[in-house]
Amino acid sequence: MWTFIHKLGSPKWCYSLCGRLQPGFWIAALLLIAVGSVWSLAYSPPDYQMGNSYRIIYVHVPSAILAQSVFVSMAIASAVFLIWKIKIADMAATVMAPFGAAMTFLGLFSGSLWGVPTWGTWWTWDARLTAMLIQLFLYIGVIALRGAYGRNDQGAKAVAVLTLVGVVNIPIIKYSVVWWNTLHQPATFTLTSRPAMPESMWMPLLIMVLGFYCFFTALTLYRLRNEIIRRESRTRWVQALAE
Amino acid sequence: MTRGALNQSRTDAVGAPSATVGLVGACAAQVRRELAVARRRGGEWLNPLIFLALVTMLFPLGISPQPDLLATIAPGLLWVAALLAMLLSLDALFRSDHADGSLEQMMLAPQPLAALCLAKVAVHWLLTGVPLALFAPLLGVMLSLPTAGSLTLIASLLLGSATLSLIGAIGAALTVGLPRGGVLLSLLILPLYIPVLIFGAGAVQAAVQGGFAGPALALLGAMLALALVGAPFAIAGALRISIHG
Amino acid sequence: MRVALDARDLACERDDRWLFEALELQVRDGDMLRIEGANGSGKTTLLKILTGQLSPQAGKLEWHGEPLRRVKDTFLRSLLFIGHAPGVAAALNGQQNLAWSAAVAGVEAPSRAIDQALAGVGLAGFEDVPAAQLSAGQQRRIALARLALIPRPLWILDEPFTAIDKDGVGWLEQRLVDHADRGGAVIMTTHHTFQANDRVNSVLLGAAG
Repeated sequence: MWTFIHKLGSPKWCYSLCGRLQPGFWIAALLLIAVGSVWSLAYSPPDYQMGNSYRIIYVHVPSAILAQSVFVSMAIASAVFLIWKIKIADMAATVMAPFGAAMTFLGLFSGSLWGVPTWGTWWTWDARLTAMLIQLFLYIGVIALRGAYGRNDQGAKAVAVLTLVGVVNIPIIKYSVVWWNTLHQPATFTLTSRPAMPESMWMPLLIMVLGFYCFFTALTLYRLRNEIIRRESRTRWVQALAE
Repeated sequence: MTRGALNQSRTDAVGAPSATVGLVGACAAQVRRELAVARRRGGEWLNPLIFLALVTMLFPLGISPQPDLLATIAPGLLWVAALLAMLLSLDALFRSDHADGSLEQMMLAPQPLAALCLAKVAVHWLLTGVPLALFAPLLGVMLSLPTAGSLTLIASLLLGSATLSLIGAIGAALTVGLPRGGVLLSLLILPLYIPVLIFGAGAVQAAVQGGFAGPALALLGAMLALALVGAPFAIAGALRISIHG
Repeated sequence: MRVALDARDLACERDDRWLFEALELQVRDGDMLRIEGANGSGKTTLLKILTGQLSPQAGKLEWHGEPLRRVKDTFLRSLLFIGHAPGVAAALNGQQNLAWSAAVAGVEAPSRAIDQALAGVGLAGFEDVPAAQLSAGQQRRIALARLALIPRPLWILDEPFTAIDKDGVGWLEQRLVDHADRGGAVIMTTHHTFQANDRVNSVLLGAAG
């Protein structure tokens, strides 16, 4: 186990590992998302209240879940980087951040689209949407701090601290927003708190969520490889690779 | 510089143990230093108050001077303005200490850096948060905030601004080495301020509407306790990174 | 023995560039060590490593035979560091600055002792003038007053002769040699040539590439 972790710290070994794992995740992502999309769009029954418009949850829910998972992954990577000084962990956190921001934006966008048939408006200060908006700003803060420092060790550590502070705050922000929401507009209609979604509805959702996770993993591996090459461009093994 | 003076100045042996100052003494010295710096800078502590008054003035002008409308938005408005005033004052928190090398001395002190940072943040709160909390009810009167809310406004701002100081100091510590940290600081810190804003304004609103502000104030207190425990270490860590990389 | 700082096979990497590798250092009572090197060769970084603020990528750093990181508290109580920026707040006067420096360093300094230390660096009569109104050299002298005020065996000084006038340079040089003669140790970066230059050992950085 320890030798494995130690090996992960070696950029060269990690580079080849990412290369070997990548195809599997791409295929899984493609299959799952394809199956999930067809199933959810064509075969799962329409909602008794919202008709077909509810189908946007098949994008909205996975991206919302990813938006949070990615931040937690970044926080874990940051902690690993700060404690064991493994640079690969920082590289992983670097490449995850824009994807997380994109997922958060997708979640917001799909949520706002969904708002049109459901609430009759493009935006409503619903607790989940508001929390997601704040989450987007957390991502932007992390990316901006990284940009301000440039790609150096100091910036990496600063971003890691910010990510950890952010992850501690996410649950606090979430609960405070829920509290605020119930205070101002009680009994908002939310879909996910409704009991008993039939299996024909949640199965494709589960597949979509898994597909999104695989897509996230594959993309992270792909971008991590690029990041390793970029940061290690002066080392001998990368130069040998280029020849 | 005469030889006489030189001889006088080395009366003590090299590295001989002398009377020591403990953690409390060091923190007290840090507080004294911050207060002396503030006294030297004169009226600077007034700036957040003037900012608060100015921002508050903009709203009746920008929205409407109708008393009932102003009374509705007053709790949130005062809280947002006070929060922004805190934020503006934070950028300078570590900047001069970083430039003149004082932070480096603090890091090489045998006392934990987190404790010294806590002393520094405490003075920041005393000179920014406390005046804001005491001044805000006055502006509340101008916004026709019902007097029932005044005490809760003071209490919520006292509790909340301490949390704002602590969280904001983390951001200030992370950006102290950057040439243009100001805008970035607000980007990093404002999302983290949201819970404090929600419960702070919520407490005042509850008091105004004749409800019970206790739960919101208790939650503000809980957040302060959490920040007191965690933030000093995050501030110290962030400062070490900013200075030594 | 009060000072026993050993660095073995020290290496430091900054942003994927090796500043130095395989650096050996040994500092004992009475030693004066000058760290030399071109700009950007890592002198200040080495001082940060030797003061325990940065950890080296490789090698061992020991204080009295124990890893520095583990005995950091006792180490810091033996160390007096004056950095490139001297740690003198412009808004405060010499008295206030030194009172803070001493207290934070854990040393009790009655105001009489502070006045004495300030007089020792030629700042008698300037005790309550804010540092902002003093010259750069006078501000550095406030920092140098710590040498008398905070008794510590190991001095680590980053460019201590910067902005000091000719008289002051002579005095400071004597002060450093005295400290070493009395059993203290001095590590510094400087381009200054000592009169008693054979008293000073040198380490050259950057020669190895």
